[in-house]
Amino acid sequence: MKISENWLREWVNPSISSEDLVAQLTMAGLEVDGVESVAKDFSGVVVGEIVDIAPHPDAEKLRVCQVSTAADENTQVVCGASNARLGLKAPFAQVGAVLPEDFNIKKAKLRGVESFGMLCGASELGLEDQIDGLMELPADAPLGQDFRTYLQLDDNIIDIDLTPNRGDCLSIRGVAREVGVLNKVAVAEVNVAPAQISIDTTFPVDIVAKADCPKYVGRVIDGVDVTKPTPLWMIEKLRRGGIRSIDPVVDITNYVLLELGQPMHAFDLDTLKDGILVRKAKSSEKLVLLDGQELTLSSDDLVIGDHGKPLALAGIMGGEGSGVSEKTTRLFLESAFFEPIAIAGRARSYGLHTDSSHRFERGVDDQLQERAIERATQLIIEIAGGQAGPLIINGTTSKNKKVISLKLKRVEQLLGFSLAKEEIVRMLEGLSIDIESNDEILECAIPSFRFDLAIEADLIEEIARIYGYDNLPTTELKLPASFYPKSESDVSLMSLKQQLVALGYGEAINYSFISKDEQADFSEGDQTEVLNPISSDMSVMRKSLLPGLVKGLVHNINRQQSRVRLFETGRTYIPAVEGFAQALTLGGIIYGTVEPEGWSNKTKVVDFFDAKGDVSTLLSIVGLEVDYLPCEKLGLHPGQTASIQYRGQEVGFLGALHPSIVKKQGLAQDAFVFQLSLDILNKRALTEFRSISKFPSTRRDLAFIVSSDVHAGEVIEAVKENAGEYLADCVLFDVYTGTGVEEGMKSLALGLIFQHPDKSLSDDEVQSTIDVVVSTLCQRYGATLRN
Amino acid sequence: MENLDHLKEEALAKVAASTELQDLETLRVNYLGKKGEITALLKTLGKLSAEERPKAGALINEVKAEVADCINAKKEALESQALAEQLAAERIDITLPGRQQNVGSLHPVTKTIERITDFFTSLGFRSVEGPEIEDDYHNFEALNIPSHHPARAMHDTFYINDNTVLRTHTSPVQVRTMESEKPPMRIICPGRVYRCDSDLTHTPMFHQVEGLLIDKDISFADLKGVIESFLAVFFEKEDLAVRFRPSYFPFTEPSAEVDIACVMCDGQGCRVCSHTGWLEILGCGMVHPNVLTYSNIDPEEYTGFAFGLGVERMAMLRYGVNDLRLFFENDLRFLGQFAKG
Repeated sequence: MKISENWLREWVNPSISSEDLVAQLTMAGLEVDGVESVAKDFSGVVVGEIVDIAPHPDAEKLRVCQVSTAADENTQVVCGASNARLGLKAPFAQVGAVLPEDFNIKKAKLRGVESFGMLCGASELGLEDQIDGLMELPADAPLGQDFRTYLQLDDNIIDIDLTPNRGDCLSIRGVAREVGVLNKVAVAEVNVAPAQISIDTTFPVDIVAKADCPKYVGRVIDGVDVTKPTPLWMIEKLRRGGIRSIDPVVDITNYVLLELGQPMHAFDLDTLKDGILVRKAKSSEKLVLLDGQELTLSSDDLVIGDHGKPLALAGIMGGEGSGVSEKTTRLFLESAFFEPIAIAGRARSYGLHTDSSHRFERGVDDQLQERAIERATQLIIEIAGGQAGPLIINGTTSKNKKVISLKLKRVEQLLGFSLAKEEIVRMLEGLSIDIESNDEILECAIPSFRFDLAIEADLIEEIARIYGYDNLPTTELKLPASFYPKSESDVSLMSLKQQLVALGYGEAINYSFISKDEQADFSEGDQTEVLNPISSDMSVMRKSLLPGLVKGLVHNINRQQSRVRLFETGRTYIPAVEGFAQALTLGGIIYGTVEPEGWSNKTKVVDFFDAKGDVSTLLSIVGLEVDYLPCEKLGLHPGQTASIQYRGQEVGFLGALHPSIVKKQGLAQDAFVFQLSLDILNKRALTEFRSISKFPSTRRDLAFIVSSDVHAGEVIEAVKENAGEYLADCVLFDVYTGTGVEEGMKSLALGLIFQHPDKSLSDDEVQSTIDVVVSTLCQRYGATLRN
Repeated sequence: MENLDHLKEEALAKVAASTELQDLETLRVNYLGKKGEITALLKTLGKLSAEERPKAGALINEVKAEVADCINAKKEALESQALAEQLAAERIDITLPGRQQNVGSLHPVTKTIERITDFFTSLGFRSVEGPEIEDDYHNFEALNIPSHHPARAMHDTFYINDNTVLRTHTSPVQVRTMESEKPPMRIICPGRVYRCDSDLTHTPMFHQVEGLLIDKDISFADLKGVIESFLAVFFEKEDLAVRFRPSYFPFTEPSAEVDIACVMCDGQGCRVCSHTGWLEILGCGMVHPNVLTYSNIDPEEYTGFAFGLGVERMAMLRYGVNDLRLFFENDLRFLGQFAKG
C-alpha cells in the first residue's frame, strides 16, 4: 500500500525524520518496501496565469502569452499547448528554472519572438505522463507561489508491504494509529459531522445473504454535478496512493477508502430498478464489470443487485451501466460490511484484485460504515454539490467488543522474561484496548478495528511488537542435551553422493516438473499433471530422472563440454492406486571419454560397462548383491539395457540411450544412464567378522569355449554354485573371440581361487572340484575347455 | 715362479681394461677359478722344497688376493656406474600431470543444506523428509491456513487437483511429525518446495529448510538465541548483526522476520541489499496454539518455535552467486566451482 507521508503527518506528526519514521514502521511489522519522492527534483517553477494571449506572427501552432506571477511586470512566453487560453493558471518555469533531468530554462527566441520561460504540462514536471497540454491549475491557485509548495511536492510516497493480518492498517487512519502508539503521540481524527438531511428520499435495501453481509448502509444524494473538477489536493493525495482521478464522486469514494479504509460504491440511482438486493448470485448469471469484462457468476459469488439484475460483484467491483457517469445527478451511495469469508478467494477466481477486495478479504472495521458514508457525503456536497437524504441502515454488527483473557504468566513464559503489569497495561491501552485487570489475568476488550486479534498469543505478539523485538531478551544458546541414536546400518544419502563425486560426477538438480514430450521419451501410461503449470515445459511431474539428466547433458554439450557425468537424487512421481508414489530415486548419465583427456591415455569413450562399474561401486557401499538381467525400457537401447534386481524385484536399471534419442538430441556419441531406487540403498548389513585363513590359496585358470549367446554372468554363477565351499573367488579375466575360437563361439577365461580355513588344499582336492565345474558347464552350456 | 709377476701384471691390466661385468667374471674364472692360471700355480707348489713352499705359497696367495681385490673393486665400480646409468635413463618429467579421474562436485544447494543441517543436528535436531505432492490439509489447513485465508495468496500454489498441491513449504513435514510423535521434539525438514512464480528472483521450485522445536517452557528468547547462533555460525561471523522484525505467518504467533547485516557490504548498503544494509534471511516464530491443537499437542503444556529459510538464497549469499537460475541449469562450469571441500 502506498501512502503520502504528508497526508499521514496531517493525522499524526511525531517529531522524527522521514528516515526514522520508515525504520520505525518496518521494525513494528509494517514493512516498508520503498520510499520515493513524490516529484522529481525541479526548481524555479511558480503558479502563473495567462493574462494576455495572441497568435504568433510566424507560426500557426504557437501563441504568444503574457504570464502574470503577481509580480509588477508580466512575462512574455511563447507557448504551443493547445489548451493555452486567457485566464488559465498553470505551472510556470521562469528563466533560471531547472526542470527534471537537469533541463535548464533560458531566454529563447521562437520563430523570431522572444520567450522568457516556459508554461509547463504535468509530464514536464515529472508528475503525470498522460495529459496533453498545460497542467490546468484551479482558479484559486495563488499567483507566484512556488509550485512545489503549492502542491506539497516535498513529500514521500511510502510503500508499505502489509502482512495479511494487518488489514486494519490499509488506510491513512490505520497507519496513523500505529505511528501514534509507537511515538506516544495523539492522532488527529478528521471531524465527520452527520450530513444535514435536506431531502427525504430513500431507496429500499434488502439483505438476502445476511451471513455474508451483516450490515449495509446506503444514502441517496440528489442534485450532484459530476462535471465539477476534483480538487487538486485530492487528485494529488489519490495519485500518491496509486489511484488515478476519474470523476469527483468516484474520487471521493476512493479518497475515503484510502483515508478510513472503508471501500464504498456509488450507483447512479436513475439506473436502479425498485431497490437493492444483497444476495448470492444465481449460477450462470451474467455480469459485465466496470472494466468491460463479462463474468459468468457462480452461486458462491455475492452480488449487489436491483430487482432486475446483478449490478456489482459485492466488495470487489461495480458493474457497467449502473455506476456514476457524466450524466449522473442522483446518487445512491453504498457503505457495507461484507464478511471476509464471503469475499476471500472470489476476486482471485476471476483473476481480479481490487483495492476493495484487498480490504474486504483481510477485514474491515465493522463499526466504520456510518462514519465512512458521512465522510463521503460531506466531501460530495462540498465538491460536487447535492442534497443528502437520510441514512438507510440495514442489518447490524455487534457493538460488543471481543474480550480476550491474557495471563501475565503466559507473557513471561512465551517471551522469556517478566514485564511489569503496569507496562503491559500501558502498551495495550496504547492500542485502544480496554483492560479490566484481575491479579494475574487481564481481560482485554479489543477495538473493532483490530479484528486480527483473536487469541492470547496475538496480544503477546502486540506486547512484543510495541516493546520492540530487538529489545526482547535473547537466551544464550543452551538447550538440554537431546540425542537421536543412529544405526550403523543406516547409509546416508550423502555417502552415496560423495562416492559419485569421487567417480567424477557433478550433482544436478532439475525441476520436478517437465514437459509431456520429455516425459514421453522415457515413460508411458498415467502421469501426474499440474493443473496450473507455469508453462507447458513444466506441466507434468517427472516419472523418471532421465529427462532431466539428458537435458543437463545436452546443455553442457552445447557449451563445449565433451565429457559429462551428472547425477541427481530426488523424487519421481508415479500415479498410484491411492495417492501418489513419490519414491526417492538416484539417476546418473555418462558421456564422452572414460578418462579425462591426458598425455598418457587413449581416448576411449564410455560404454555400458563404465556405467555398470559405477553402479556396482555404489551397490558395494551397501553390500547389495544384485542380478543384472537383460531387459527393454522405453528410451533405452534394447540390446544394451539391464534390469537391476534384488531378490527378484527390480530396484533399478541401466543402459544405453536409444539411438532414436541420441539422434533426436543430436548427440555425437552414445550416452549411458542408470537409475536406482534409493529405498534399497539406505541400509547395509553390519559387518560379521570371519577369521582369515592362515593357509595359502590356490588358483586355477580355466578357459571355456561357449556359444556367444551364453551370458557370462550365468557361467560365473554356475561356477560359484558348483565349486564347493572353499571357492574364495572367481574372476573373469578375459573374454575372447577371434583366431583359434570358432565363429559363433567365445572364450571365457576364469580364475578360480580356492582357500581352506584350516589347511592347505591338496592338488587332488582342487582338481576334483574343477572336474565338477567343468562337467557342469559342459552339461549346462555345452562348454568345452580351451587348450 | 718367474711368471707370477707377469701373470699378475697381465691380470691387473685386463681387469683395468674391462668395461663389462661379464668380462670381469670371465677374468675372475680365468685367473682365480678352480682352473684359473693363478690357482694353477698353487698346484705347482708340490714340486717345490719344503723350505721354498711356504714362501712361494704366500707369494701366490698374495697375488691372488691382490687380483681378487682388484676385480671386486672394478665390479663395484662397474655396478655403480650401471646403476647410475639406469637411474639416468629412468629419469622422468615429474611435471607431467598425474593420471586422475576428474573429481565431481556436490550441488551448492546440497552443500548448503548439509551445512545448515550439521548445525542443527549438533543441537539434537533430527532431519526428517516428507512427500512433495501434499494434501491441502497438511500444507494449509493444519497450519492454520483455512481455504479462503488471504495468506494463501502469499503462496502461489501449484495444484494437482482440488485437494492436492505441490507443497509450498516443508512445514507439512512438521505437521506429519507432530501427528505421529509426542513432544518434546526437535526436527529439521529440508527439501524441495514449489511456488507458482518465475522471474529473475523466483524459480517455480526451490529448497527450504524448516525447523521445529517443541518442549516445555520454550520462549521467544530461546528462538532468538538459536537463530542468532545459527546465523553467526553459518556465515562464520561472530559479530554478525541480526535483527528481528514483527511479521506474520498463520502458523506462528508471535512471528518474526529476521534480517542480517548485508554480508556483501558489511551493512554499508549495496546492490544486493537494495542499499538498506539489511538482508531478509528467514522467517520464524512461536508455534501458533491452533497448530499445536490440530496435532493434539496441548498448547497450555507445550510451547515451541519454528523457522524456515530459503536454501538458494543462503547459498547465493554464502558463495556470492548472482543469478538464481544457475542453480537449475546444471552447467558443469558452475557446478565444478563447488568441487572444493
